Amino acid sequence: MTAYPGTPSTEILEYAAKLPDMYSEWSVNEKVSLEVCIGASLAGSRALCAMKHVGLNVASDALMTQTLIGVGGGLVIAVADDVGLSSSQNEQDSRFWGRFAHVPVLEPADAQEAYEMTRIAFDLSEQFNTPVILRMTTRICHVKGVVTTAQRRPHNSGIGFQKDPARLVMIPTNAKHRIPLMYQREARLQRYSEESDLNFVQDGSDKRVGFVTSGPVFMHLLESRPEAPILKLGMSYPVPIKKIREFAAQVERLVVAEEVEPILEGEIKAAGIQALGKEILPRIGELAPQALRPAIAKLLGEQTVEETATRSLADVPAVKVSPPPPGSSLFPRPPTMCVACPHLGIYYCLSKIRNKAISGDIGCYTLGAGHPWNALDTTICMGASMGVALGMDKGRTEVDKDQKVIAVIGDSTFMHMGMQGLLDITYNKGNVTILLLDNRAVGMTGGQDNPASGRDIHGDDSPRVNLARLVEALGVKPERIHEVNPYELPNLFKALREEVKVDDTSVIITNQPCVLVDFYAAKPPLRVVEEKCTGCKNCLDVGCPAIHVTRRETVVKPNGKEKELAFVRIESSACTGCDLCPATCGPDAIIPVENFIRQ
Amino acid sequence: MSVNKITNILVAGIGGQGVMTAAEILSQTALAQGYDVKKTEVAGMAQRGGVVTSHVRFGERVLSPAIPPGEVDILVGFEPAESLRWCSHLRPSGVAMVSTTRQEPPVVSLGLFDYPEDPVAQMRSANIRMHAFDAGAIAVSLGNFRLVNTVMLGAISEYLPFSPETLKSVILDRFRQSKPKLVEINERAFEAGRAAQAAN
Repeated sequence: MTAYPGTPSTEILEYAAKLPDMYSEWSVNEKVSLEVCIGASLAGSRALCAMKHVGLNVASDALMTQTLIGVGGGLVIAVADDVGLSSSQNEQDSRFWGRFAHVPVLEPADAQEAYEMTRIAFDLSEQFNTPVILRMTTRICHVKGVVTTAQRRPHNSGIGFQKDPARLVMIPTNAKHRIPLMYQREARLQRYSEESDLNFVQDGSDKRVGFVTSGPVFMHLLESRPEAPILKLGMSYPVPIKKIREFAAQVERLVVAEEVEPILEGEIKAAGIQALGKEILPRIGELAPQALRPAIAKLLGEQTVEETATRSLADVPAVKVSPPPPGSSLFPRPPTMCVACPHLGIYYCLSKIRNKAISGDIGCYTLGAGHPWNALDTTICMGASMGVALGMDKGRTEVDKDQKVIAVIGDSTFMHMGMQGLLDITYNKGNVTILLLDNRAVGMTGGQDNPASGRDIHGDDSPRVNLARLVEALGVKPERIHEVNPYELPNLFKALREEVKVDDTSVIITNQPCVLVDFYAAKPPLRVVEEKCTGCKNCLDVGCPAIHVTRRETVVKPNGKEKELAFVRIESSACTGCDLCPATCGPDAIIPVENFIRQ
Repeated sequence: MSVNKITNILVAGIGGQGVMTAAEILSQTALAQGYDVKKTEVAGMAQRGGVVTSHVRFGERVLSPAIPPGEVDILVGFEPAESLRWCSHLRPSGVAMVSTTRQEPPVVSLGLFDYPEDPVAQMRSANIRMHAFDAGAIAVSLGNFRLVNTVMLGAISEYLPFSPETLKSVILDRFRQSKPKLVEINERAFEAGRAAQAAN
């Protein structure tokens, strides 16, 4: 089993790695992850790779040709869509890949089904000689529920790697012959989908609306409309159109309830079956009961509780109908960087550089776009900071001729997809300053190991990549490579200020670990000497969540201008004593807590 | 009333406070009592600092893992403003257990937003049934701010469909396996939470 970490799919490999008799790895990216599984499958083993929705974009190059050759051991791609974008740059519907690659798509509705369907997916893969997509969502992956497991079935095909160039070497003449076979396979899968128990009707007495659904929406429907008939598609591609047509004939109206895109809906309508879908249901986010209930009530002309309340007051329009619920005007609490995060110092410095454009990437450091730093201008996809920065340099117009182009990327993202971009920068002599934030972990997803941590998925030693030598090998001049401790603000700022002035490709590597992994060593916390704090607010520019304002004051300066002061304290129970805020404090009001014992 | 009575517990707080651990312990306890259990959370981006909610649902058969708004039986609020943020998800008969230990986010420190003067008073004026006390101070007085978790679980234990002793034994068993030195202090924290609930 292989994966690159990505919310909400990360935990799949974290658990798989605990199984002693199975090979598992963190791969450097999803494409490699799938390629490893393709090789393992051809070698005769069953293989599964897990990824988030955007991961399959990366892996799709491998998928689109793999589908032509078929499998040896069963091959399953578990892809988790972040429906509702809790931690992603976009919302995508991975079911499209089933159509695009002509492979079956299974969609579990809860943890029990996720378990069962994974087993079925392997069987189907071998039976039909096809990779199988197991499409999940956040509401499948980030749920714990009761699962009844079955007996483990040892898989041993007894067949090793079978050389078969006509099938496995996809040059045009060979590939041409594989395409009809793929379509034949799809037709067989279509028949299977019509017959399979994976697609079943949950009968209901209220025939006014029947639902066609897949994935977790099934559970939300059972909860929202317990009396409604439901055709539940566990195998949502190929679409069992005949079965849907029969079901549609038994209900007054057919509603297709699917997260995210109206895929089934389009295919059902194209088959000439009357149905409703995204006309009445949201296209973005989860179809949880709070989304389903009002939409269906409206369709049926039923009153919702809110409407009843509104109507009873309708004849007194001067009265405020219902007050906003308590807490509705509360401050937002966006995710923040951690206390003592090494990225804090980096963004503190970046926020002080003038006339810059900063292309960012995917990781915790994307938070640099927020307050107080406001020091990130673009985020697209894994590794994009490199190419985007080069494009900003080469594509700059006269108005931006003195703009400093900076790229910010983490160690893991750099190795995932950033290296090629850097090679493009050096090859094309780009004037870009790159900040390579090496925190020795995949931070955002929980601190997983990677080649920069020097440990494998089991925590065992593994060759640790030498990033300085790697970027040099990619063409960055040795004198343009600096390794800096990001807690040493003067050194970091000096390196940054100097390199943005140089018309060349520079890389500044910061070398302190993520505070959430065991490489990090906490120091005694700091405190503010109240009498010494002048309220200058410099420390707040660090953006550390452990610094809190105790009181604010407005003073009039000698020149008549008003100045806001904010006096601070440090939450000692949270502080781990990094050296960032003391370095910003003119009056040296921030000192270590004396006689501290960490609990 | 439905025969399939589901207990809905929403644990709300800030990343890093122990919200997910509290939800995990509640789920484990319900599971040990023979209930069907589902637990889900939206942790959002990054590890720490953002809003974290965990939904725990248990009963004869749980369908959707997320608690629909307006159906929360027990809100476990690890922070007063976060309790205020989620209190409208309570049923009219529901109860909020609120720790009054304030945690102001950087956007408040930076002066971009105001922290409400008294979130607990706002909840009271919205007729939310609640207990509010400083669980952080209780934990620190017992010697470790991380005990907040156990204090809060002790505080809600009277409202669960199983006995406080049952929940306590699950918590203590966890520590017995991982950190036996902390069993005794957690027992005291649990009882301190029960006492705080009774007194507030």
